[in-house]
Amino acid sequence: MSLLATKNLSAFYGDFQALFAINVSVEGGETVAIIGANGAGKTTFLRAVAGTLPTAAEMVTFDGEPIGHRTPHDIVRLGIAMVPEGRRLFPSLSVEENLLLGGHSERKGPWSLQRVYELFPRLRDLRHLPAPALSGGQQQMAAIGRALMANPRLLLCDELSLGLAPVVIRDIYQCLGAITAEGTTVVLVEQDINRALDASARFYCFQEGRLALTAPTKNFDRAAITAAYFGL
Amino acid sequence: MTEPERVERATRASRAFAAIAAPALVALVALPWWGDAGWMRLVGEMAYYVALAQLWNLLAGYAGLVSVGQQAYVGLGGYALFYLTGELNINVYFALALAAPFAGLISIPVSFAVFRLRGAYFAVGTWVVSEVFALSASLIAVLGAGSGLSLTPDILRQVAPDRAGRDALLYLMSLGSAVLVVAVVYLLLRSRHGLALTAIRDSEPASASLGVNTFRTKLIIYVLTAACTGLIGALIFLQKLRISPEAGFSINDWTVVVIFMVVIGGIGTIEGPFIGMLVYIMLRELLADYGTYYLILMGAIAIVVMLKAPSGIWGFIVQRYDVQLFPVGRRLVLAPSPQASE
Amino acid sequence: MGWLNILIQGSLLGGIYALFAVGLSMSFGIMRLVNIAHGDFIVLSAYVALVVTQGTGLDPISSLIIVVPVMFVLGYAIQRGLLNQTLSGGLLPPLLVTFGISVIIQNGLLQGFGAYTQRLHEGAIETASVQIPGGISIGVYPLLVFAVAVVAIGCLQLLFYRTGLGRAFRAVSDDADTAELMGIDNRKLYALALGIAMIFTAIAGVLFAIRTIFDPAAGPIRLILAFEAVIIGGLGSLWGTLIGGVILGVAQAVGSALSPNWQILAGHIAFLIILIVRPSGLFPRTRDL
Repeated sequence: MSLLATKNLSAFYGDFQALFAINVSVEGGETVAIIGANGAGKTTFLRAVAGTLPTAAEMVTFDGEPIGHRTPHDIVRLGIAMVPEGRRLFPSLSVEENLLLGGHSERKGPWSLQRVYELFPRLRDLRHLPAPALSGGQQQMAAIGRALMANPRLLLCDELSLGLAPVVIRDIYQCLGAITAEGTTVVLVEQDINRALDASARFYCFQEGRLALTAPTKNFDRAAITAAYFGL
Repeated sequence: MTEPERVERATRASRAFAAIAAPALVALVALPWWGDAGWMRLVGEMAYYVALAQLWNLLAGYAGLVSVGQQAYVGLGGYALFYLTGELNINVYFALALAAPFAGLISIPVSFAVFRLRGAYFAVGTWVVSEVFALSASLIAVLGAGSGLSLTPDILRQVAPDRAGRDALLYLMSLGSAVLVVAVVYLLLRSRHGLALTAIRDSEPASASLGVNTFRTKLIIYVLTAACTGLIGALIFLQKLRISPEAGFSINDWTVVVIFMVVIGGIGTIEGPFIGMLVYIMLRELLADYGTYYLILMGAIAIVVMLKAPSGIWGFIVQRYDVQLFPVGRRLVLAPSPQASE
Repeated sequence: MGWLNILIQGSLLGGIYALFAVGLSMSFGIMRLVNIAHGDFIVLSAYVALVVTQGTGLDPISSLIIVVPVMFVLGYAIQRGLLNQTLSGGLLPPLLVTFGISVIIQNGLLQGFGAYTQRLHEGAIETASVQIPGGISIGVYPLLVFAVAVVAIGCLQLLFYRTGLGRAFRAVSDDADTAELMGIDNRKLYALALGIAMIFTAIAGVLFAIRTIFDPAAGPIRLILAFEAVIIGGLGSLWGTLIGGVILGVAQAVGSALSPNWQILAGHIAFLIILIVRPSGLFPRTRDL
């Protein structure tokens, strides 16, 4: 049984349909990438999984349990955590307070404040600074650390590379390896195709709210991906 | 040659409404001849409540300025009337005419202060301003300080020499001011400025980005409603014969019920305040023997409406039947395509 | 009359204004909700205390043992049952719903207790005073109220900055959507926030009703005073609210020295001046005006 499965997932913003019958499945321990252009529905997909966008109960299942109708905070308790697009650290809180807040749901697991600082040593030095004082890359690390504090079984990463320099992106993706080594399942949403494909075992390509292509990433023909990405 | 597209304003419902409203209005105008003083008082009251509700709706429902301080201008208009007639011996009709621009002028410096605030803070800020006026009036000797002022019989005779004539004229002025206010609101919303207002109501940032000068539009509306509210206030207190700081600037009398009327009837529509006013009058008359329970009930209804049906009674009707009695909308009528006429 | 005396009396007066303001500041800071019924809840607390003191024979300050939990539960229930549903609808629903609640409370109290003025009686402490050098006499009771305000704000600061709950409050205030993604149940948190705000509202209500006469219509002016203290001090800062209260109190004391009728008006004028000159207040933390 897949850890995460969506069945004919359709989602709407008012009258506007953003997702059309998406079928995605993610096995435990896998890293799966979701790629697509702006407006393809990738963030909408993550919001539907995380519960911010309510859907019919059966459309999203986690460990076989329907969760489409559950609230975001319940879903965190079940074991899904999100690194939101644009980091979204809490500006009134210090770095350490942001991390501690990530642990609000008090789920048990391998991640603690200590372990997050081991993964991201730079954060320990900065821990009492207000979150907005950090650079983009440091904020991204803090956002990841904050999500890890919820000890998730499934980590949703929305546009980790957004607005970051290539060398910083490289460092962040290296840390991702340490995370998946703990057995955490990861869903990566990215516009940077190469990064996403290098880090994942399988990928889904969205195009205007629909699933255009899905395949294992290894040795897959990039031309075909480009065609699916742009809807050619 | 195909017919060009045209923009249509009237709807079937609005034409039907106009056909009913015209004779009804004539009947109301004729009330002094077929009704008694009690009826005139009631309908006159309904008229000035409709006027106040339309004005509050224009401000809050269209310009997005939710004011809890419009009673300031009711009181200002009333005091202007009493001062001009009592102290400066100006003819009562001139004084009435001056009440509106007086209130409008005062609203300009007021806007400097309150426009600094937004949303609910703006609301409380307007309330503070009203309290300032009330307190100031209670401290100024020439305005009668805490006990207020009364109209002398001489001033009343300027309206009309006899009681019956006075009742009729005051009633007709109330009715007339309501018609005037509704007409002003209707024409405003039909105009280019009305389109700008509806845009502001729907989304202020979006309309600003399209070039609508939101600040200037809001300021104009604020001053306009202040002036009209001042006129209504002058008329109200002309009929009450007495004014005091507590009565003139009473939030309960002039703002609480007006807000309830607009909210329950349907905010952001011209039809709504009429319905809301009827609901209020009905509740008040039905529960007249039970003290202020009707206010508790109105409060509860307003809460339920806000939570379950935020567009009010009229909004609910519009959603079901897509009808508009006051045609302020615009409908694009497309030319029939050439193939269709085969 | 002595400027020092005016300064001292006005500052102490600021204590009760700051206490009025604490609850309002909390509900705006955390829920972005300006509670139009806030003043009426202060007055409601005073009436609850009236009932408790008459029923049990407790003195007003001791009656807080009952009044505080009652108001806490009321606040929790109203937020959870009613106000939480208004938060996503834009500006009008919260404003109009709290407006409706205000009217219901005022008229409910009017129907239940009549329009007579009431007062709570604590005894000798109401008129006791101490003398300080300079021939100035300071009332013990205003000093007590000011001390309560300082302690209250200090406790809230501790709550916000040293506890997990406070951290959650600050996170929700920053970004409610992301807070939910961290596992925070916003609805419960908002309800808790109004409940805690009501604790301070209850204390303010009882303390003010010991010194001042009240009636069902006494709510709106309390809302306005609280509002003025918050705006003068600057949104988002609790200590700023205390300073705002003090400034308001001093402005009123100055007005009162000129003529007793000028007291409240002087406060309004000071508020309007500060609003025009420095709209975000003296110590703003947030800029959400």
